[in-house]
Amino acid sequence: MGAGVPSGRAVSPLEGRAVVTGVGVSAVGRRLGRSGFELTVEACLRAIADAGLAPGDIDGVATYPGPSSPGPGFSGAGAMQVHDALGLRTRWHLGTAETAGQLGPVMDAALAVAAGVANHVVCFRSVWESTAQQGGTRADALRSGPRRMGGSFEWTAPFGAMSAANWVGLLASRYVHDHGLTREQLAQIALTCRRNASLNPLAVYREPLTMDDYLAARMISSPLCLYDCDVPSDGAVAVIISRRASANGLRRPPITIEAFGAGAAERHTWDQRLDLTTMGAHDAAASMWEQTTIRPADVDVMELYDGFSYLALQWIEALGFCAHGDAGRYVEGGERIALDGERPLNTQGGQLSGGRLHGLGFLHEACVQLWREGGERQISKEIDLAVAAAGGGPIAGCILVSLR
Amino acid sequence: MTAGHVQPEFRMLPDYTWESETFWTGGRHGRLMIHRCRSCARYFHPPAPACFRCRSMDVGPEAVSGRATVATFTVNEHTWLPGFPPPYVIAIVEIAEEPDVRLTTNIMDCAVSEVHIGMPVEVLFEQWDDVWVPVFRPVAP
Repeated sequence: MGAGVPSGRAVSPLEGRAVVTGVGVSAVGRRLGRSGFELTVEACLRAIADAGLAPGDIDGVATYPGPSSPGPGFSGAGAMQVHDALGLRTRWHLGTAETAGQLGPVMDAALAVAAGVANHVVCFRSVWESTAQQGGTRADALRSGPRRMGGSFEWTAPFGAMSAANWVGLLASRYVHDHGLTREQLAQIALTCRRNASLNPLAVYREPLTMDDYLAARMISSPLCLYDCDVPSDGAVAVIISRRASANGLRRPPITIEAFGAGAAERHTWDQRLDLTTMGAHDAAASMWEQTTIRPADVDVMELYDGFSYLALQWIEALGFCAHGDAGRYVEGGERIALDGERPLNTQGGQLSGGRLHGLGFLHEACVQLWREGGERQISKEIDLAVAAAGGGPIAGCILVSLR
Repeated sequence: MTAGHVQPEFRMLPDYTWESETFWTGGRHGRLMIHRCRSCARYFHPPAPACFRCRSMDVGPEAVSGRATVATFTVNEHTWLPGFPPPYVIAIVEIAEEPDVRLTTNIMDCAVSEVHIGMPVEVLFEQWDDVWVPVFRPVAP
């Protein structure tokens, strides 16, 4: 067990009443030339059918970040657009960015079904940044926006810190300084993801990536190089969160949401956290372990946000799989986190190689692995407990799921 | 604004708020203005209507020395903006008066390779329209 993991309650507040019954993913790729709305509806219909449900059974809908996009293609659709397109009759709905990261609406849906407010909630996240940026780059998208920027950008944009690559680079540099993280250690995230992606037919990048390729890549924002950063993609992911009492007789055994982490113990900024070598991930993970007697050592598979490779390292230590400062040594050599390793990481290729599906893809893959539907990338050993996590900097949320 | 300092051709500008206007305009008088709590005497940033430590609403901007230490930095090598070409150093600095108060900024007027964690720096201001952007440079030896 890692340092700083609080002892948990004997019974989770959810009491096993919230379960995952279906998952769906749309076409995924670069410049698919389809609208984000269309991809969203495709993923939602697939998830509903995957659960063995019909659209008429769905009585809740939830999404991150809601209908508005801070940049082109950041949101494919809002909750009520899907509600309208599918003719849903709901008892509960939600679309927001001000929640515990991209997995926040799933947590809210779990609470809604656990409370009996809804029976089956379709939760989705969709992006179509690759197509919406019209083949241009993120830099092109920035140039076309307004020159005056507010919100958190008020404090970063005037200094050319335009991208999360910069904000993550700042925090990763301090970690390198304090804890001795090497480029070869950091590379294991990108290399592991690429190996797993080669076994995933939906993954965006499947050709081999070597340590030499990684070390020779151009830097984006030190210590992050090109292969430490995900790229804009098009794709949507949906999961069905059901009330256990309503999940009898569906296609598969339901996956239990054992606990979730939505904690936020420090200020919601990228630069004011007291220890710059930790993140909101640490607070979210601590609050998750408070909800359960399950311990980090029990977890079989890690599906951890890797919009930037360093964020996956943060989640590894935040979740207690190693002590603070030891994440680089934990992944050293890559064997431990490989598909046949002690605790596999990002079995679908993560976002780095699987595609920037922005968060919900990690919960999707956790369920695929637990249901043993991973095809060539299926973990061969018996597994029954997975963790999915999303977010970076102050944004953080994590979910523990099981087949128990 | 300052001898020996060359401004880039372009910067994005802050859409500043009621609370933050003083921070972005203090440079008009050469002052780095940081919010301070008059109840517990601690500084904090970004500016807000209450002290997050003691919850007093008796808060407001005060001039600080402009001296700071580099807490961390990243060398940006990617072109994000026209007129703001890489490489450039983005840093988080801790102000001398209150190390818990950090500013994200640029370290300028020195070679990129000279910047290091723990480096003492001092503020200077670039005027852009109605905004004075506080950036930092090495303290003269």
